[in-house]
Amino acid sequence: MTTNVLEVKNLKLHYFTEQGVVRALDGISFEIARGETLGLVGESGCGKTTTGVALLNMPSPPGRIVEGQILIDGIDIVGMNSRQLRREVRWSKIAMVFQGAMNCLTPVYTIRQLMDETYREHTDKYTKEDANASMLKYVNMVGLPDHILDRYPHELSGGMKQRVVIAMALFLEPSLIIMDEPTTALDVIVQAQILNLIKGLKKNLGLSYIFITHDLATEAEVADRIMVMYAGKAVELGSNEQIFGLQGPMHPYTAKLLAATPRLHQKVDELAFIPGSPPDLIDPPVGCRFAPRCPFAKAKCLQVEPTMTEVGPRHQVACWKAIKDSDYERQ
Amino acid sequence: MNDNKPHYFEFDDQDVVLEVINLQKHFPIRRHASEVLAGAHPFVRAVDGVSFQLRRGEILGLVGESGCGKTTTGKMIMKLLEPTHGSLVFNGEDVTHTGKGSEIHYRRRVQMVFQDPYASMNPRFKVKDVLEEPLLIHKVGATKAERVQKIRAVMEKVKITPYEEYSERHPHMLSGGQRQRIATARTLILEPSVIVADEPVSMIDLSTRAEILHMMKTVQREMELSFLYITHDISTARYFTDRISVMYLGKIMEIGPSDSVIDQPMHPYSRALISAVCEPVPGKANELKVLPITGEIPSAAKIPAGCRFHTRCLEAMEVCKVAEPELLKVGKQHYAACWLNTDEETRRKSREQAVAQLESRAKTA
Repeated sequence: MTTNVLEVKNLKLHYFTEQGVVRALDGISFEIARGETLGLVGESGCGKTTTGVALLNMPSPPGRIVEGQILIDGIDIVGMNSRQLRREVRWSKIAMVFQGAMNCLTPVYTIRQLMDETYREHTDKYTKEDANASMLKYVNMVGLPDHILDRYPHELSGGMKQRVVIAMALFLEPSLIIMDEPTTALDVIVQAQILNLIKGLKKNLGLSYIFITHDLATEAEVADRIMVMYAGKAVELGSNEQIFGLQGPMHPYTAKLLAATPRLHQKVDELAFIPGSPPDLIDPPVGCRFAPRCPFAKAKCLQVEPTMTEVGPRHQVACWKAIKDSDYERQ
Repeated sequence: MNDNKPHYFEFDDQDVVLEVINLQKHFPIRRHASEVLAGAHPFVRAVDGVSFQLRRGEILGLVGESGCGKTTTGKMIMKLLEPTHGSLVFNGEDVTHTGKGSEIHYRRRVQMVFQDPYASMNPRFKVKDVLEEPLLIHKVGATKAERVQKIRAVMEKVKITPYEEYSERHPHMLSGGQRQRIATARTLILEPSVIVADEPVSMIDLSTRAEILHMMKTVQREMELSFLYITHDISTARYFTDRISVMYLGKIMEIGPSDSVIDQPMHPYSRALISAVCEPVPGKANELKVLPITGEIPSAAKIPAGCRFHTRCLEAMEVCKVAEPELLKVGKQHYAACWLNTDEETRRKSREQAVAQLESRAKTA
């Protein structure tokens, strides 16, 4: 018996465009234990959101999952048909708060109608009483008053709408919720309140999260473990302490990203940045995908792609330098 | 004109390039029938009396949450919006209500970088056209060769090189960071003295954000420009600015050197803002953050009486409900508008005064 809510094995999702095959997700593996938050972080286009969408087995065309397994509570959902996914997986086992979802609430529906629709769609045994009771419970749980159910989206502030969207993800009691940039469009104080809410729900309901953001500072405040992605691959996976602690990250990309993150309580003369831009995913570089931008790249990095390798307890890095590869050290 | 300058304007006139004095922008809102009958004129007080000085070669940050009036202030400085009240003094000259004819001279000296580099450029223009347009409008450079010379120079300044490769590109062939560089180049080409930058990096990827800010800071130093940096992100403001002013519901709550405002905030709102910022340090994933603030931001159509922050302040006192505090000196070049920074006696007097005023007003009504 495993305590992992989710296990992902060598997942690949490619977009079959007219220009060629975009390898947006090119073989990532990770697992999430019950009650754990995994942070996914990286630049835009690195595959964070694609990972989230892939986990619902809901790639947008022309995308397709071409390889790999997604085990939710031990059951592989990659081969399931759409009805099975809708009735047995999405929302009841795994739910997602999409980026900008709070601004996509249909303006002509009340919150009650919106929530009812989601409820109806994802359950076999719908009754109005159940739906209403459940709505009330979760709306209160996210800190909103009862009367919010009969309001229209435009009557709510940004923070309230975000709470509504979170309540909508919660109310079929999934064990895992994917949050895609849930706080990016919010003001700092509201952002902090939403993060508090997310952390509180985790503690009270024993939820697991995948928390997607481009901001390492936010990740530091919510994630137990962090997976750093670059150009469709995972480059480092470690605990909050391993990434943000004194020892610091092992992968040069993570280190650079962290150095580029401004710190409020530390005055620096110059913020670091990463020159260049991520590679084209139709024709990615042969060796390490970060090598063209990496200050430590040597011949080996340009020729052979490193794989995720254990460097500490539950700490993996895909970098020849970090794993002290003998060829790399010699060059 | 000098008589109505606020007491906290402490910089000499020759150091100051732009002065904003008691600037206000009130937008009328649609009235209910009852309000029409009562003759009431409700307004959204987006900017409600903002004053500051911008020194030569200084970067001043306007920091605040959405709806605090920072962008409206920026637009009034750009003369894209006519102020309801207050004045704008540029190099000692009042430019608040100048007409179309002289506006063009002002606009050449005061330029703007917009938030969205995807929307702020004509998609059918090439980079060279984008950069030539301001020269044509302001009749700078008599010949084509002269203009090309200028475009080349400015592209080098923002590090978009080589000219031959990039000048022929359309905006869609550039990354977000490159576009924001071109947008900056477009303002620099007229050799302005003030640049208003409204959230210039908020739409740019984190890895290049620092690069753009660094570039802006470099040209700012080289050309001794003054920058007004409008942002909601107090962490980049600390890195980028010399002074910060924190705005709340259309007013400045605190203004001072960036380091003092962030390390020793003297206004409860600044303290709340600072405590809400996420920091990349370990061990906080499972603790809740203590936020010294309550409730949600009120509507700018219904600004609370007294101190406008008192409805959300955890330290609010009796005086805060009736009397609005002024910006008071709390440190070197550092001012905050909060009764907590005064003594008990002042608070008691101010409260009595405010209450008396309210009563007499009620009587006359």
